[in-house]
Amino acid sequence: MSAVAAAAPRTTVRPVARRRLRPARTVLQAFLAVMTVAWLFPLFWAIYSSLRPYSDTVLHGYVSWPSNGLSFVNYQNVWTQADIPYFYLNTLVIVVPGVILTLLLASMVAFCCTQFSWKFNLIVLMLFTAGNLLPPQVIILPLYWVYLNTPIAMLGSIDIGRFSFALFSDNNLLYDQYIGIILIHVVFQTGFATFVLSNYMKTITKEITESALVDGANVLRIWWSVILPLCRPALAAMATLVFTFMYNDFFWALVLLKSGDKRPITSALNNLAGEFLINNNLIAAGALLACIPPIIVFILLQKHFVAGLTLGSTKG
Amino acid sequence: MANTTTGLAPARAPKAPEAGALVATSRKRRYTLLTRHDKILIALMVGVPLTLDLLLIWGPTLASIGFSFTNWDGIGPITGENFVGFKNYQFMFTGYTLFWPAFFHNLIWLAWLTFIATPLGMFFAVLLDREMRGTRIYQSVFFLPVVLSLVVVGFIWELQFAPTEGFINNAFGLVKSGKLIDWLGNPRINLFAILTATSWRHVGYIMILYLAGLKSVDPSLREAARVDGASEVQTFFSVVLPVMAPINVIIVVVTAIEALRAFDIAFIINQGKNGLELLSILIYNNSLSEASLVGFGSAIAVILLVISLGPIILFLSRTMRTLA
Repeated sequence: MSAVAAAAPRTTVRPVARRRLRPARTVLQAFLAVMTVAWLFPLFWAIYSSLRPYSDTVLHGYVSWPSNGLSFVNYQNVWTQADIPYFYLNTLVIVVPGVILTLLLASMVAFCCTQFSWKFNLIVLMLFTAGNLLPPQVIILPLYWVYLNTPIAMLGSIDIGRFSFALFSDNNLLYDQYIGIILIHVVFQTGFATFVLSNYMKTITKEITESALVDGANVLRIWWSVILPLCRPALAAMATLVFTFMYNDFFWALVLLKSGDKRPITSALNNLAGEFLINNNLIAAGALLACIPPIIVFILLQKHFVAGLTLGSTKG
Repeated sequence: MANTTTGLAPARAPKAPEAGALVATSRKRRYTLLTRHDKILIALMVGVPLTLDLLLIWGPTLASIGFSFTNWDGIGPITGENFVGFKNYQFMFTGYTLFWPAFFHNLIWLAWLTFIATPLGMFFAVLLDREMRGTRIYQSVFFLPVVLSLVVVGFIWELQFAPTEGFINNAFGLVKSGKLIDWLGNPRINLFAILTATSWRHVGYIMILYLAGLKSVDPSLREAARVDGASEVQTFFSVVLPVMAPINVIIVVVTAIEALRAFDIAFIINQGKNGLELLSILIYNNSLSEASLVGFGSAIAVILLVISLGPIILFLSRTMRTLA
């Protein structure tokens, strides 16, 4: 094809190119359509399996048409047998304070490092950024030791039905505690959020901070009432992203929590798979229930999520 | 990359005049507007998060290096007797049969992401950047797995790969003919099975990052290239790609870090055994689950740390120039 284009006189190159574009477009569209189907298929298959009663698949195999129709019976079973609502609550208790604290701490550091010039601000930013890039397994052994050896006060607990949130610990340690998990999430994600928020805040002119200082506001006030409102889009993006990171975490909960009843849903899912080893339909239903919150985020807040990812990259 | 340049727009005064002084800078004036009270507040606002970061991230990083020279089992205090020099490293490189397989699995992981998943994500981004019909739908579809946890991704793909119940073996009639392929159990292929599952997520991630980069390329550059008679492929490789250098670095770093961090999905499938050994999983298995060889696990952690420093330093050197 290129030989034809090269041989053609210069004046005719353009129309040829335009005509050539059409089949190319069709090929592209077809390629993308095939890829889309390939991409959606695993998810579709999980949904399909989860909607089929176990007996049906045992009888006819998984790759078969449903003989007794589809039902939500697997969802009902896994919801009650695996106690899904309880694990959702565990996740909620970890992720909500985690996200809020991360945003507060990260925005403070980013504010101080971008709005004022001092000797070590670059080094501080580097420490936070690099810390987030380390594989968690590099720090886990000493961290585990720290968690087993940090005394934490036991000041009773907040009990809601079966659910009990210890203030601040129920074994005098950070290990196997909600606050322990919240703490490592906050510290680890603060690194990332600081980097992204600094990228955003450096575009805010320092004169705003300066004139607020001249007007007699203190730095805490400027951070809270002047800079944070200006960063609303970045904060929304970060909240969405950090929520998803914390929600999807598996490793920290695996190592730093021992009690099964404190596990967030993502790592509880792994135990579920051990319990219902053969019933793939039930496991599929459980896995899909665990993806509902991130999928809601995906549908409602996709823009923020993407903005969060790209804020961290395109401004680098 | 338009952002990179606008990011520098606020006038930056030269470095603070006094060492360590907190100074609000502007174009002309260079005296401090901060009261002592303000300086204390700033010290706290940076100091509290920084202390936590040092105690829970960097302290443990250094401690890992220290532990790696001991035979400590995690119980009781460490004394001089625990010090064993380079013995852990010696054993790891020469006696421990799982180290090199794990090391090469990480390497294969990196190679797979670098040469297959990442280019595919970039290719999707380039295609979807062309404003064709349905772009948004395609974007959403490829992006969807990115929000899912690797645990869920593992379960979803188990339904594809399971030997007798899985879709793939059934769809290709391997179950009926009795020639089952044990995608997740056969140590010669299971790594590639989970890499496929990982890529399902990684491709969308790279696509989104790259698409953002492409959107920020000045359209007049491409226009100029087209007027000069460059083909689309030429334009991409000689004009767009060089302009995107900063984001290319990010993509290299993201890909490398993902390959080094790989843990969840291999752990979900079979606790990282039988063909799925990875450095991260060896640390966990040796020191936290099956044994408590903290010293030996730390030596593996140090190897992982040293490898990670490559992409980390690359990332810092590229990004910190424009920051602060």
